Amino acid sequence: MALSIRHLLGLQGVSKEDIQTILDTAHTFREILERPIKKVPTLQGKTIVNLFYESSTRTRISFELAEKRLSADAINFSVSGSSVSKGETFKDTIKNIEAMKVDMVVVRHSAAGTPLYLTKISNSNIINAGDGTHEHPTQALLDMYSIRQKLGRLDGLKICIVGDIAHSRVALSNIFGLKTMGAKVSVCGPSTMIPRDINDLGVDVIYNIDEAIQENDVLNILRIQLERKAREYFPSIREYAKYFGITQERLDKNGKDILILHPGPINRGVELSSEVADGSNQIILYQVTNGVAIRMAVLYLLGTLN
Amino acid sequence: MKVVLQNVDIIHPEEKINLKGVSVLLNDGLISEIGELTKNEIEGVKEFDFSGKILVPGLFDMHVHLREPGREDEETVTTGCNSAAAGGFTGVACMPNTEPAIDTAEIVKFIKEQASNHLVDVYPVAAASLGRKGEIISPMAELVDAGAVAFSDDGVAIKNSSVLRRAFEYANMFNSPIIEHCEDESIADGAMNEGINSTLLGLPGLPSVAEDIIVSRDILMAEYTGGRIHIAHISTKNSVNLVREAKKKGIKVTAEVTPHHFTLTDDAVKTYDTNMKMNPPLRTQEDIDAIVKGLKDGTIDCIASDHAPHSLEEKESEFQFAPNGIVGFETTVGLALSELLHKNKLSIEELIKKLSINPRKILNLPIPKFEVGALANFTIIDPNLVWTVDISKFKSKSKNSPFNKKLLTGKALAVVNKKKIFFDDKWIDLSGA
Repeated sequence: MALSIRHLLGLQGVSKEDIQTILDTAHTFREILERPIKKVPTLQGKTIVNLFYESSTRTRISFELAEKRLSADAINFSVSGSSVSKGETFKDTIKNIEAMKVDMVVVRHSAAGTPLYLTKISNSNIINAGDGTHEHPTQALLDMYSIRQKLGRLDGLKICIVGDIAHSRVALSNIFGLKTMGAKVSVCGPSTMIPRDINDLGVDVIYNIDEAIQENDVLNILRIQLERKAREYFPSIREYAKYFGITQERLDKNGKDILILHPGPINRGVELSSEVADGSNQIILYQVTNGVAIRMAVLYLLGTLN
Repeated sequence: MKVVLQNVDIIHPEEKINLKGVSVLLNDGLISEIGELTKNEIEGVKEFDFSGKILVPGLFDMHVHLREPGREDEETVTTGCNSAAAGGFTGVACMPNTEPAIDTAEIVKFIKEQASNHLVDVYPVAAASLGRKGEIISPMAELVDAGAVAFSDDGVAIKNSSVLRRAFEYANMFNSPIIEHCEDESIADGAMNEGINSTLLGLPGLPSVAEDIIVSRDILMAEYTGGRIHIAHISTKNSVNLVREAKKKGIKVTAEVTPHHFTLTDDAVKTYDTNMKMNPPLRTQEDIDAIVKGLKDGTIDCIASDHAPHSLEEKESEFQFAPNGIVGFETTVGLALSELLHKNKLSIEELIKKLSINPRKILNLPIPKFEVGALANFTIIDPNLVWTVDISKFKSKSKNSPFNKKLLTGKALAVVNKKKIFFDDKWIDLSGA
């Protein structure tokens, strides 16, 4: 089935059918990734630019690998900071790249709204690989795919996102996507990291991590930023780890089987103890593998639209 | 030269004048007669027919950025005045956040000199502190002597409360108001109003409480020192309520609002259009309702454009990195009439007070008189003209308006001041017998 969207800018407003199509398509690509020869000719002749205005290792590699698996020509363009500091305007950069005849642009940028702006000045299909604290749709899609594979469904599941919700594009995309798919979503974290108007998004807020473990089928644990700016929001890493960190003891105490996701990279001993990070509840590396399949699905579905 | 304006309705709320379909004879740019004129009196005199139009005291915009000196690529005193005249204004007060800041008598005089031959009167607002740094108060006595009409560090609030206190106390010797851009910078590190929309858009939020905190502090300091505080571009419900309560207590506080703050909500940011980015940011419908109520009951004294020209290159960037501000001269009257008069929120008299009389009173400037022998200083408005905003026709050097292609009802058609008339895109010299 073809998608009703031309670009993947976020999961806000994306229909259940489209999400379903992406997840189902990813499943067929997931199977290809297990073959000895992992390459298909699907996007042969298509040129895809990975435009990374913000440093990223795993997302960029995941996209690049997905592009190569689909036989597309992938070009990496990485710049740090904003277009302003570079001298050339962002618009000029885009016009230049497009003049070289590209088909799709995967964009990561520190400023929210940049992918939407790209759709206005470019004719390519645009895929958001993370814009500021706005959205990171492929991460949410791979999270959803991983949960669906492990638990067989999304509809009716209780899923809690834990950590810095206010500054997380992963949280926002997960909330939109999961709610569309019929999951019951809650968030858990220090109150300074929960947006004031979060209730308007139809999610519950939990401040007690034990309660979050007891009441949910899945925990999606976000990475805590350890740099000084982020530290304004909580008093110490020690206090965060003590009150919001997931330890094996906590999981055992609450005595239930719970699925634990983390988008990586992990701060061991902060949001996850090493025991949990390597334990039987987590599916962290499984998510990484699924990430390639999800990105293949998105590239394939958008790249073969007319 | 002599000209006659025919069949015009005259409204001057301050002088309680309300006349229908009269004629106004001008001679050497002065009002020579108002009323019924005989054929003999207008024999051979250039006539303008303004049937159905209203003639009001020249409009005054007390919060504008003319960008000179320093950013002449965005606006100059001359292009800014052309834009003001096209928007219906015969006087403006320009803010001191130029490069360098307006903090010496020389810069005040320079700006006045640039405007000396223009129809539009330009009154500089000088910096409240040297270099707008908020450390040492500016040489206010010299600045007043040179022609400054108020003091402000606009763009930022005076951070240090001790400096604020001295500014109030010192400016009070000249009965000059301190105009404050009310924003507590320590919690205002954002790109748009903080709320559900900033969460959905992933943009850092600028909370309304950042404005309310400084409005509270400034009102308390004005009360303590007996100084005059003028709240620039008020944008929140709580701030409107604070000003209302302060006025009841007799504290010397006045306030202005921009047209965009009573026209648009932060829903408009959803497109990430950088012309929707200004400071204070667009707020919510609840705030607009409070602002309209404040305009109606007199809490908010005037409407000012906060005309803030920015180059296309600067605005054509990521929302977070784009500069704040929009041009406003040429849309202010249209928005005020469309949003307030035609939606039955304010009467035409109330609007004229807020667009002409009150700003002059706040700045201790004379109100144009409608009497024989007075210098003609007025604006002619067609309150019912339906027109479409077209930024390519703006006289301003900059085109950063969120209202391009918007349909408005009501427009200023002509301005007269300093023995000149601007009408139908033409400047006519009225001097001489």
